[in-house]
Amino acid sequence: MSTVTVDDHLYGEAHELAVDEKRVVVGYGFWIFLLSDIVMFSAFFAAYAVLAHATAGGPDGMQLFSQRSVAIETVCLLASSYTCGLMQLAVTSRRYAVTYLMAFMTFVLGACFLTLELREFSSMIALGAGPQRSAFLSSFFTLVGCHGLHVAAGLIWLAVMMAQVLIKGLYDATVERRLLCFSLFWHALDIVWVWLFTVVYLMGVLS
Amino acid sequence: MSLLGKLDWSAIPFDQPIIMGASGGMVLGIGGVLAWVTLKGYVPYLWREWITSVDHKRIGVMYIILALLMLLRGFADAIMMRSQQALAAGGAHGYLPPEHFDQVFSAHGTIMIFFMAMPFVIGMMNFVVPLQLGVRDMAFPTLNSVALGLTASGILLTNISLAVGEFSKAGWVAYPPLSELQFSPGVGVDYYLWALQISGVGTLMTGINFVATILKTRAPGMTYMRMPVFCWTSLAANLLIVAAFPVLTATMAMLLLDRYLGFHFFTIDGQGNPMMYVNLFWVWGHPEVYILVLPAFGIFSEVVSTFSGKPLFGYRSMVAATMVICVLSFVVWLHHFFTMGASANVNGFFGVMTMIIAVPTGVKVFNWLFTMYGGRLRFTVPILWSIGFMVTFVIGGMTGVLMAVPPADFSLHNSLFLIAHFHNVIIGGTVFGLMAGYNYWFPKAFGFKLDEGWGRVSFWCWLIGFYIAFMPLYALGLMGMTRRMQHYDVTSWQPWLVVAAIGVVVILVGIVSQVIQLVVSIRDREKLRVTADPWNGRTLEWATASPPPPWNFAVLPQVTDIDAFWKEKQDRRGQQTPVSKEKKIQSIEMPKSSPTGFVTAFFAVIFGFAMIWHIWWVAAVGVIGIFLVILVFAFRADEEIEVPAEQIARFELANAAETAR
Repeated sequence: MSTVTVDDHLYGEAHELAVDEKRVVVGYGFWIFLLSDIVMFSAFFAAYAVLAHATAGGPDGMQLFSQRSVAIETVCLLASSYTCGLMQLAVTSRRYAVTYLMAFMTFVLGACFLTLELREFSSMIALGAGPQRSAFLSSFFTLVGCHGLHVAAGLIWLAVMMAQVLIKGLYDATVERRLLCFSLFWHALDIVWVWLFTVVYLMGVLS
Repeated sequence: MSLLGKLDWSAIPFDQPIIMGASGGMVLGIGGVLAWVTLKGYVPYLWREWITSVDHKRIGVMYIILALLMLLRGFADAIMMRSQQALAAGGAHGYLPPEHFDQVFSAHGTIMIFFMAMPFVIGMMNFVVPLQLGVRDMAFPTLNSVALGLTASGILLTNISLAVGEFSKAGWVAYPPLSELQFSPGVGVDYYLWALQISGVGTLMTGINFVATILKTRAPGMTYMRMPVFCWTSLAANLLIVAAFPVLTATMAMLLLDRYLGFHFFTIDGQGNPMMYVNLFWVWGHPEVYILVLPAFGIFSEVVSTFSGKPLFGYRSMVAATMVICVLSFVVWLHHFFTMGASANVNGFFGVMTMIIAVPTGVKVFNWLFTMYGGRLRFTVPILWSIGFMVTFVIGGMTGVLMAVPPADFSLHNSLFLIAHFHNVIIGGTVFGLMAGYNYWFPKAFGFKLDEGWGRVSFWCWLIGFYIAFMPLYALGLMGMTRRMQHYDVTSWQPWLVVAAIGVVVILVGIVSQVIQLVVSIRDREKLRVTADPWNGRTLEWATASPPPPWNFAVLPQVTDIDAFWKEKQDRRGQQTPVSKEKKIQSIEMPKSSPTGFVTAFFAVIFGFAMIWHIWWVAAVGVIGIFLVILVFAFRADEEIEVPAEQIARFELANAAETAR
């Protein structure tokens, strides 16, 4: 016969998912999500690679891409990753002012990136080089636009997170976990952009 | 522009008696169940205990209920196809007009793969994996509930298409250019695309959830090489979900952009490339085959080892074979279309890789055979399904290797030989496995066994019916009959198709027997009542009560070996006088129930339906709704609820006889 006794200790072996470990599990799960997101991007990259020369008599990358604008976009996004890293440091040391400031800078740089990208898109559409023009342009707008959508989602996420910091504070384990995930997300978008910059803009101008 | 987009009264096919009858039956059925539940006052109970539940066991059961319902729906389509083809030879044209027949085969494939097999497999994993790992829940319980909701949304949209509008006529693979706006201007393809997009997001969530659960949360002492084989095959299947489903999402997104915004990914004009769709589709599609069959392999491993009373033969080789299949499944996709016109070298590579997959699969079959060899086999219903599987699956595998030879494939491509082959492996592998698992774990889920007699009847009808229904299709394929024919002129095919139709009737008897089995078992549940370990099991799910409490284990088990529970029973038997073992019970924090999944699904259905019918303002409402749900979830105050130690102790005492260890 087994007997049952009640033990009122709060932290014992039964609490195997204590605060610390939950952070690890959530971070791990988010990494897996990022991997799946990169798989999705790779499908759009593959489509772009297949259709890069399918211009249907329309303009190609050489005629359309403005390297100056893309260079500024790249600087904005990379710099925003730097400020995001600084924000993460401020979060770990629980410094509110620095957290808000760095989050604000990340947001502004991200918004600049998006604005420049949208300007590029609208100028191309004004030239009659919209996504309906050719398979090449369809795949270009989809690949770059998908990255842009991710950046936009990231900006909304960041704004919501700052509201959470304001309400719940930096000592809240949930808020800390989510900020960790956000910064993973933001850096992953950077990596995708480096690939995008290479495959779309550099190789597009070279060929 | 109209306020309701493309939607008006002409969307409902009042002039089609078959469709109106079916959708009328569906509406009455759903309405009847809802009315009954409401009148009986079950709604608060269902809402509290099931719909908002984030318990992996409840979610698993709900997935399987959905899958069983969709099995009936998909099987109804199968009966229609077989009877149409048995009739429509020569001058006769059967009873289904072409545009309806096309919807029937498209719906059959879509429903059986995405809404029967997938939810069944995912439900099985949901119920079993955390129990086998010896933990209390999934890594992300609320996400799990959202995933269920999104799957249900996809199912609902597909079934709405029966009554409002139409379903896709472009087959379950929806190849362009046929699926492009130019050739499919109706809403059918849009129903297909949005249903799959929405449920696909849910499946991806499930995949992430399981990978994190299996790799990061296991009972103390459960190293990788002590994990039950079902957990291993589930891990492989979920890795495949994470790596393959995003490709499907991207591909469907491209087709949607083509259809909605005039893009040129797969169109004929604008230098689009339809074959790119076919490649991308099967980059997802072939791993999908293994997503479905690997968990079934895991089920057979558990069942064969339990009922042989022996540890699984070659555990390590089984794990290795599983992971090899997991990797190789990504380098064989081109064998689905050798006729594309790739060079001989490319076709040769994919042909060889396909044949190589037969090697790890063969390893598995031998492992099961050697597990049974020298064992004391108990012929229960689950083991019958397992043995039926071994014979059937090997035949299906051999015809697969045959088609992996590119020159042979050129004459067999898209013939009924192919149809026979993939039904041979999907029914013989996945469906038989799921039926074995359903019979095997049912007593764990509900505390009583399923009736053995009706289970046997059902198995034999399925097995015999399967052979009568699909063996003629091999012959027809060799005679040159292609798939998806609403009508044919070669009257010498007809006798074979009549035999196939008889086979479907035999399978129908099998399905009816399963329904009877369930009803009879519920009626006789007191007689069929079992304790924690009805089969003399080996893995940890049998160490807790049947049905398990919400917290699964009062104290997390300590794992010291493969077949952890078996080891524990052996150790206990060694001791002459059972030592009184004290369990230290502590209060447990469990995730709180949450309506997040249900409300997300609600808005997802609104969004999907509005997109299908081009009702943009309603689609915006759907998106904003989902965003608000996420916000509310993000700001909720407490995520967990504490189950007091006294309550757990009370349960343990009440079930002491059952779980005495």
